[in-house]
Amino acid sequence: MQKIKIEHLTKVFGPRPEQALRMLDEGASNAQIRKTGNAVGIADVSFEVEQGELLVIMGLSGSGKSTLLRCLNRLNPSSRGSICIDGDDITRFDREHLLELRRRKISMVFQHFALFPRRSVADNAAYGLEIQGVDPAARRQSAVEALELVGLKGWEDSFPDQLSGGMQQRVGLARALAVKSDILLMDEAFSALDPLIRRDMQQELASLQRRMKKTIVFITHDLDEALQLGDRIVLMKDGRVVQIGTPENILNHPADDYVKRFVENVDMSRVLTARSVMGRAPEVAFPQDGPRTVLRKMTESSDTSILVVERDRTLVGMAMLDELAKAVKDGRQSIDELIQRDAPAIGPDTPLTEIINLMATWPYRLPVVDEHRKLLGVVTRPQVIDALAQNSTTDAAAEQARNAAV
Amino acid sequence: MILDIPKFPLAHITDVALDWLTRNFSWLTQALSHITSVLINAIVAGLLFLPPWLLILIVAGIAWRAAGRRVAIFSALGLLFLWNLRLWEPTVQTFTLVLISTLIAVAIGLPLGIAAALSKRTSKVVMPILDFMQTMPAFVYLIPAIPFFGLGAVSASVATVIFATPPTIRLTALGIRQVPADLIEAADAFGSTRRQKLFKVQLPMAVPTIMAGVNQTIMLALSMVVIAAMIGAGGLGGEVWQAIQRLEPGKGFQAGLAIVILAMILDRVTQNIGRGSRKSGNP
Repeated sequence: MQKIKIEHLTKVFGPRPEQALRMLDEGASNAQIRKTGNAVGIADVSFEVEQGELLVIMGLSGSGKSTLLRCLNRLNPSSRGSICIDGDDITRFDREHLLELRRRKISMVFQHFALFPRRSVADNAAYGLEIQGVDPAARRQSAVEALELVGLKGWEDSFPDQLSGGMQQRVGLARALAVKSDILLMDEAFSALDPLIRRDMQQELASLQRRMKKTIVFITHDLDEALQLGDRIVLMKDGRVVQIGTPENILNHPADDYVKRFVENVDMSRVLTARSVMGRAPEVAFPQDGPRTVLRKMTESSDTSILVVERDRTLVGMAMLDELAKAVKDGRQSIDELIQRDAPAIGPDTPLTEIINLMATWPYRLPVVDEHRKLLGVVTRPQVIDALAQNSTTDAAAEQARNAAV
Repeated sequence: MILDIPKFPLAHITDVALDWLTRNFSWLTQALSHITSVLINAIVAGLLFLPPWLLILIVAGIAWRAAGRRVAIFSALGLLFLWNLRLWEPTVQTFTLVLISTLIAVAIGLPLGIAAALSKRTSKVVMPILDFMQTMPAFVYLIPAIPFFGLGAVSASVATVIFATPPTIRLTALGIRQVPADLIEAADAFGSTRRQKLFKVQLPMAVPTIMAGVNQTIMLALSMVVIAAMIGAGGLGGEVWQAIQRLEPGKGFQAGLAIVILAMILDRVTQNIGRGSRKSGNP
């Protein structure tokens, strides 16, 4: 279900916005418009955010991502275009509806926390409820619950300056969660934190999100963060959307050189998953097969192991060449008892780093299965190496192209 | 060569305008004057009705709460010394004038400062007026105060209010404008109305700056109350004024020192109000 639908959203700043809009329509560049004393914040941005999705908007500073985010709760009034939230165009809201929207439906987490220094942690977390007019006991209760959710139980009566940066941002998050809004806007929420703390917070946000399923629009300039958190990523440059897609999609098919250059420095093994490197499963065996049949299947594909599945392709385990040969010699009728049922299997979203670790101790191919243990494909060492090599050659190619251009 | 351009009759115009104002509005100002003087006399009488040692204890108690033990001890010793110098009554008079003038100045200055902080247009009108009020020599306010309010404490407090209000206005405006933009944004993002933003975020954040303004207002009021002795305000300033007229340096120094002690007590106590407003919470 669509939660937020943005269509042709444009924001220009300056003394004569009509002029800037007209120039945009005529195809003027940002630089040309800047000469007139106006500036383009965002230009003709359209995308949707699904209910329960964590969408990352990513771009360098000045790419318009913060401007875009602030249009979503109208801290920045947009110049043109529409933003529909649950079907209502919020760009047309009057003041009363706008306050209601900000109070109940959208809450925000800020880069530099923006905590109120003279309020206790609990009073900070309760701010949104206080504004709504909730009575003190009830809002204290909600604030305490929200603080517990972000791991700050017992800090209710401290003050922001007594907390570390990471903890302060937890308060910021609790303040946003306490109002129980469906939509969370996060403006570079973790950018001001130390790398280690940032990673903690990212993991915690991901696990909170698994439980709460809010609609989150998250802004960052850090590609690793975007890839780590985003269900989808919107890449922005000069106020325009360059590419929208899943993390893998963006890495594997960068829309243009700008995206490609962004993507170059990413550690591919952290980003690629089993799904993107796996191949089709070769010949498989069935539990009721005789050893001789299986052996013949294997000689055709010249493998040392074979996957065993039920008729509906539910994975059973794996059988090894030497044991099969032994079974034939012993004259057994079924392979059933020589199936290794504890052989490892991976899910389609397992990252390459984990696969590489597994392969160090497991020399055979790795079956990829879905949540019902249905066989989807296999990952072999050559495939992993291929995937890594391929991405590094595109890097090298991009490098060459850039050098040639200079 | 002497250019024969006639002098612009600024002084004359001002006099005529003031005369007109006096003739038409003195009933109002006299009435105000009457009320204020009754109020001032009542407070002075009330404070003098208390035995000095009790008042000293009360002041020391307030100082203890607001600024700690050292200031409390200093206040008690200072006031005891003034009592000993037989300057108790003028000290109470001066203190009362400062108190009244400061209350009026804050009552006017706080809303004006808020208005100036929230509206650029108001700020553009108010700020030049404040410059004018502060640079005009303080004595000049005394002259028109007399026809309006008559000789005495009321004229003195009016002149004092004019002279002492600007810091409260300026620093209130400054304190509110200095609230970091991201806090304003946070307040907006959670759907605060303008009033909620002002009372829950801007004013609480501005309290230390506002209190610095009030502190300055008190200091200016004290200095003006002394000058206002020239139009019969009495109090410690009156003692100084008498000493000047009679060429009595000893008496002058004594009264001057009393003003210094009073100033230090007022300064130290009010400086700390608004700073220590956050006491709960453990690290």
